[in-house]
Amino acid sequence: MSKKYGILLISHVEEITAGLVKLLEQVASDVTIKTAGGGEDGEVGTSFDKINTALNEFEEEAVLAFYDLGSAKMNLEMAMEGSDKEVLLFETAFVEGAYVAASLLQTEVDLETIQEQLEPLTIKE
Amino acid sequence: MTKVDKVSLWIEKFGEKITENKEHLNSLDTAIGDGDHGSNLTRGATAVKEQAEGADYENLSDLFKDVGMTLVSKVGGASGPLYGSAFIEMAKKARETEDIGEILSAGLEGIQKRGKADTGEKTMVDEWAPVIEHVQNDSLTEEVITEILQKTKDMKATKGRASYLGDRSIGHIDPGAQSSAYLFEALLEAGVLDE
Repeated sequence: MSKKYGILLISHVEEITAGLVKLLEQVASDVTIKTAGGGEDGEVGTSFDKINTALNEFEEEAVLAFYDLGSAKMNLEMAMEGSDKEVLLFETAFVEGAYVAASLLQTEVDLETIQEQLEPLTIKE
Repeated sequence: MTKVDKVSLWIEKFGEKITENKEHLNSLDTAIGDGDHGSNLTRGATAVKEQAEGADYENLSDLFKDVGMTLVSKVGGASGPLYGSAFIEMAKKARETEDIGEILSAGLEGIQKRGKADTGEKTMVDEWAPVIEHVQNDSLTEEVITEILQKTKDMKATKGRASYLGDRSIGHIDPGAQSSAYLFEALLEAGVLDE
């Protein structure tokens, strides 16, 4: 644990989260990034159990969460309700939002500034 | 039969209908979604069945809660959290009342809170909301359930994956409304509404 905030990535496809981690690590090697990609058996989908496990593994005090499509959000919200972690759920474009957050967390920019930077990337309701 | 027995039978019949119609649900979902609604729910139904085999419930609340938690954990996708939230809210309401209309209303609230959907958006809400009115007026029949289901065909999806299709979502029955129709058919068949 080297930063105050970690990043959680949730996608319907395991390779998408794996690929995005690869991209983010280029700019954020000290930021904890955890993933929940694909369904329970690796099929296309989202899994509450996977998301819940990833979320509760963070040692950071708060988590910035990014997702691709709607059902990922519903599963995440269920996990959030049952967890004592502080989670900030962003409705941004998945790749762009996570990339901006990761690069800013790496340079220890404060959370308020990160939220401002993410605002124009919001594409979901 | 006690109420708990009837409700156990309801859940069992729901699982059977889902499993028997897995391919039909998948094909409805292929038309306007991602094609896995039947497979996802069947996985949940199998897990619920396994769980029920070793269980002996003393009250409705515990039964609904177990069903809800299992669906959340096993179904995945959108239907896991949606059906899961419904049953978890039904479990909470069942602590106060045995009235099925009230219990189902609480389930619908759970779905709407989770999915942020309202009626007319071509989702399972369009099956649940009118069916519950009929349950409360004591007028639910199989024909009513089917009639309500058919109405989703002409709706344009504005929530869920189908909303990405815009006008092209018109002309297809909503898969979530179809699986909900099976739930309510099972409710009738299990005699839960009989006094």
